Amino acid sequence: MISLNINGRDYSVQAPDDMPLLWVLRDLLNLKGTKFGCGIAQCGACTVHVDGRPVRSCMLPAANVGPREVTTIEAIGQKDSGRRIQQAWLELEVVQCGYCQSGQIMAAAALIERNPAPDDAEIDAAMAGNICRCATYARIRAAIKSASRK
Amino acid sequence: MVAFASSARARAATSEVTSPSAIGGFVRISPEGGISLVMPSVEMGQGIYTAEAALLAEELDVRLDQIVAFAAPPDGSLYAQPLFKAQMTGGSTSIRGFWTPLRQAGAAARSMLVAAAAQAWGVHPNECSTKDGTILHSSTGRVLKYEEVAESAATLPMPEDPKLKSREEFRIIGKSQRRIDTSAKVNGSAVYGIDVMVDGMKTAAVAISPVDGGRLKSVDDNRARKIPGVIDVLRIDDAVAVVGEHYWVARAGVEALDIDWELGPNTKLTTASIRAEAVKAADEGTPIKALERGDVETSFKNATKRVTAEYELPFLAHATMEPINTTVHVRPNGCDIWVGTQTPVVAQKHAARITGLPVDKVALHNHLIGGGFGRRLQADTIEQAVHFAKQVPYPLKIIWTREQDIRHDRFRPCYLDRIAAGLDEQGRPLVWTHRTISGTVRRYFAEDGWPEGKLDKDAVDGAWDSPYAFPAIRVDWVRHDPPVKLNWWRGVGPTHNVFVVESFLDELAHTAGQDPIAYRRALLDANPRAMAVLDKVADAAGWHKSLEPRSGRGVSLHQNFGSYAALVIEVAVAISGEISLNKIVAAVDCGIQINPDTIRAQIEGGVLFGLSAALFNGITFDEGRVEQGNFNDYRQLRINETPPIEVHLLESNESPGGLGEVGTVSAAPALGNAIFAATGVRIRRLPIDRSLLSKRENA
Repeated sequence: MISLNINGRDYSVQAPDDMPLLWVLRDLLNLKGTKFGCGIAQCGACTVHVDGRPVRSCMLPAANVGPREVTTIEAIGQKDSGRRIQQAWLELEVVQCGYCQSGQIMAAAALIERNPAPDDAEIDAAMAGNICRCATYARIRAAIKSASRK
Repeated sequence: MVAFASSARARAATSEVTSPSAIGGFVRISPEGGISLVMPSVEMGQGIYTAEAALLAEELDVRLDQIVAFAAPPDGSLYAQPLFKAQMTGGSTSIRGFWTPLRQAGAAARSMLVAAAAQAWGVHPNECSTKDGTILHSSTGRVLKYEEVAESAATLPMPEDPKLKSREEFRIIGKSQRRIDTSAKVNGSAVYGIDVMVDGMKTAAVAISPVDGGRLKSVDDNRARKIPGVIDVLRIDDAVAVVGEHYWVARAGVEALDIDWELGPNTKLTTASIRAEAVKAADEGTPIKALERGDVETSFKNATKRVTAEYELPFLAHATMEPINTTVHVRPNGCDIWVGTQTPVVAQKHAARITGLPVDKVALHNHLIGGGFGRRLQADTIEQAVHFAKQVPYPLKIIWTREQDIRHDRFRPCYLDRIAAGLDEQGRPLVWTHRTISGTVRRYFAEDGWPEGKLDKDAVDGAWDSPYAFPAIRVDWVRHDPPVKLNWWRGVGPTHNVFVVESFLDELAHTAGQDPIAYRRALLDANPRAMAVLDKVADAAGWHKSLEPRSGRGVSLHQNFGSYAALVIEVAVAISGEISLNKIVAAVDCGIQINPDTIRAQIEGGVLFGLSAALFNGITFDEGRVEQGNFNDYRQLRINETPPIEVHLLESNESPGGLGEVGTVSAAPALGNAIFAATGVRIRRLPIDRSLLSKRENA
């Protein structure tokens, strides 16, 4: 059995030792907001927070998470940083197909959590691991700035 | 729930709501007050739910925050895209095709609601007005909500030719609206096909013949079946599926398979062999004429100078963020499919054929799509899922890996283009000839393939109808189908042809020693809309402002999908050959605008999508296998490589044009022309080879 703390709740799951957190979230806990994109930590669609830090859940075995707190897109709006990012995303109409946006929002929320007023270069550095095929990048940049001003 | 069926052909209203296919129409109002609008086009990021809802809501007289939108079930008789006469989302057709029918549908429904209220009050309908989902009788102050009269309204005759609002009366159309699909996309609650959960569902991962055309010879599944959680191993002609309690165990099962493939006829296929065959076809093949105007041969004889060039474009994968997936439940008396598809009717038809069920026993539940770009116009992946699912009693979800999504894509064709022009003594083009050598995409969309000798217009779109007036022009196509399955890709024919036309026109301007924008303007006297976007982009981009060494601006201009677009890209090219995008400015005339903010978003994203391919992407083959597989070797533009983008929209009274592909078409030629301006190196082959740019310091 693997014990996990996700979005403030404790869970016990039966899963193979190498099963990534992504698939535990999606298939065992029905938290489908975290997305499968590449499986090799190249696209960032599966980004979650582990103790507040952005992590690629597609390559992190759930068995290695331990007692650390996992936060997913479903609960990020309960944090001030997440709520501000989600609001800015809607106000600036960042989203197109939306498939990568859970990961983008998790990465952005982690960024403004540790850097309340990032500049373009800091935004680019923090967000470069998240691919968006609709290429909503210019609006992502603008929305992070908008959220960090509030 | 009461349904108003109001199709493009103003079908009679019906209140039968027994099954999705029996509903029909675009407007549904429940007695509880829910107003639902049925979306004939699928939402894959382009903002079409909001735009189509805007057309309906404008005439229905409801606010966008009062409605919910849902995907139309497969029903070509109700939801066919008028421009395709098929229920398909693609080719930037949605608004062009539905601009009038959806407004008519909204107006017809409104008129029936008014008539029902007027009947209830015993007054003439002309004494009533509507606002935000209510009917008002102003002289008596009486008010009825739509839901209060919906049931009786549904029994009234549908007006044949409802009066539409004039442009001045629009309250929604033309004003930037909040998208109606995005709030669920920022909190993880949006459900894409890959997120579907069905009772009793199992999940499968697959192994597919690594060479297209290969067959399964045998598979030893002993090790796979011993893995706890593995439920079944299923076989079809060219693939094996391992079914598990969840995806991860299914993947482990696939890795434990020992498969022997009969790799088939394509094992010697390489990119070089494909290219050699294309060159042979170019030299020996019979061209099919698309356009000939003026005296081409005499004009070449009269020309002072003849300029020729050869351009090449690679196969491209779609690489949507949401990997291929389908959930299917086949039962003896029916089949359900949960998927995001651009072509629901075709998917339904294939499922009926494969299962042997009647079409009306196949229910297709269409979903939000995590990126289409053309990939989900073909139903091959859904066919595969049905072939597997019909072997088991439970609902089966199949998810491809990213590597399978790329390697077993159906690709944007590769192209070889031979282009020539004859110039007069001032350097102006007297004659222009353009020959494309490519496979035909349409053979994958026509019931009986594509007959030899027949023009596939997609191969020449953007070439025969460029914005320019050439005194003599010939455009033709040599059909050469490579042994690689093809598909449409964002921007379709024009993405390829406009790159060739706009790059070569830049070559001619340079040969003539003229400014590329001035050179284009001289060919646009008869084309004021094209001239206007070109002038706007030149002005907004500061076209004549000086730049640092090894920096340059490039321009492109095109008219496709009923829209006009001009783009300027500013680049800097390092001594190493590395390319930095510094600034992007677009000017677009797409006729009447529905949702201006989404138009901007489509241009921004569309341009970057095209640049990503031009900078990085080409699918290559070796021993019949696709050499790329994931975002490490099929890499995509990232935020740190994205410059500021400005989009200028021109006011227009013309009918709305398409938008989803317009920016993508503009991208590669403007980039190539900017690189030429920065380095003197002409880009005639994509993706751009950086080594060409590193050699020529101060060229």
